[in-house]
Amino acid sequence: MSTPAVAALAGLATILLDEVVPPRAPWSHLVRKGETLRIIDLEGNQSADFLMYAAADDAERYSAQDTIAAQRNVYLRSGSMLYSNEGNPMALLTGTDVAYHDTIGGACSCESNTLRYGFHTLAHHACVENFLEANLRYGRGKRDMVSNINWFMNVPVEADGALGIVDGISAPGLHVDLLAQMDLVAVVSNCPQINNPCNAFNPTALRMVIAGRS
Amino acid sequence: MSTTADPKGAQAHARAMGNTRIETMPTLPASAAATRPDGVSAQSMLWETTLGAGGYAAKELRRGARLRLTDLYGDACASMLIFNAERPVERLNVADTIKIQWNAYLAPGKLLLSDMGRVLMSLIEDEAGTHDLFCGASTARSNAERYGDGDNWGRHPNARDRFALAVSKFGLGRKDVHPCINWFKGVRIAADGATQLQSGPFAGGRGLTLRAEMDLIVVLANCPHRLDPRADYTVTPLRASAWRGAPTPIDDPIRTATPEGLRAYLNVEDYFSR
Repeated sequence: MSTPAVAALAGLATILLDEVVPPRAPWSHLVRKGETLRIIDLEGNQSADFLMYAAADDAERYSAQDTIAAQRNVYLRSGSMLYSNEGNPMALLTGTDVAYHDTIGGACSCESNTLRYGFHTLAHHACVENFLEANLRYGRGKRDMVSNINWFMNVPVEADGALGIVDGISAPGLHVDLLAQMDLVAVVSNCPQINNPCNAFNPTALRMVIAGRS
Repeated sequence: MSTTADPKGAQAHARAMGNTRIETMPTLPASAAATRPDGVSAQSMLWETTLGAGGYAAKELRRGARLRLTDLYGDACASMLIFNAERPVERLNVADTIKIQWNAYLAPGKLLLSDMGRVLMSLIEDEAGTHDLFCGASTARSNAERYGDGDNWGRHPNARDRFALAVSKFGLGRKDVHPCINWFKGVRIAADGATQLQSGPFAGGRGLTLRAEMDLIVVLANCPHRLDPRADYTVTPLRASAWRGAPTPIDDPIRTATPEGLRAYLNVEDYFSR
């Protein structure tokens, strides 16, 4: 008999870590080369804002531009390789049951919220606050903020260049699997945004699972 | 005996080359600039330089200054970083630049936004229309794969490592090399997300003008675009020039064009309210 919680671990080898990130919270953890990080969108259409740093030298970090250039496509899909700013493979997107994920829309910040929604939103909690919160504990700071990934977020680009964060295409229980190509520190902001559809206007929990080499 | 066998001979040898003029070099003083826009006095010129293949440069610009980039022969690729000169931890954010303006492409009137909700520069003229916010800088690895090497000490330097040297001279480091803009080589996004490179070569002389909206450090590298398909390291000279200008007035049509942009200008004005 398989409960939904157990079914969510299907296909993974030895489970090394299994945690729930509450709505609006940061999370970070070391993922060693060969391990798989599974991120589960427990209730559906919850943006998981995501950065990675090389554990050996955090001046090397995820680069949206290098990843886009390498695959000549702005969307992340099953099979996408995620590259660092030095052009090295950091993680392979081995599987996802969402059609595509975003890496051009960036992370919400208190400051950018004032432009998008008005000065009354300056005090709203934001993903950059979560990234800073998690990174500051490891000696990283604002200069370590770079273009990120938004797992489970939908940003279409139209023929005239029009783009925006629109209603999501994820659903409860869908996931993304990342196979680490180097020892890396993964940092997540469980997005607290309530002014656009990236979290279906209702921030919910994420489940983070790290599994050993299969 | 060699003419450089003693200090005085070496001095004479060195001094004899001091007036050499080549195309890819800075003009000093800037008032002697080879080209000046109509209506701009020699004394208003702040900078003129021409970058050859793989060249890089950085310049501090005051709020209101204009920066003109010219693709002299139609095959330049001007990769650019932008920092708040006073507090360089504030820098260009390409994701916010497209997201907040609800559009993926740069065109006259567009703003280049910082990660602090402020306007760093505005694009006031653009004869090119082919620019790229998506594919970023070449790396040592990408240049090595295409050209055999990509090192700063070799013949095929990459934009990322050029940026690293440039920012180091302002006390910054590799962590500060942020996602960049590529001017003159364009990338469009197809319906399925595919990048479509507009690599030219184009007609020579295309240019664009940016207005500094804060006190800035602007960094340029002129290296082949990351996706340039040619086997040879191909990039032609890039001219950069700057002159003094007035800060953006309250009724400026770019300042007031959109509600998001207006709030970005209000954030700038609030920053300078001290």
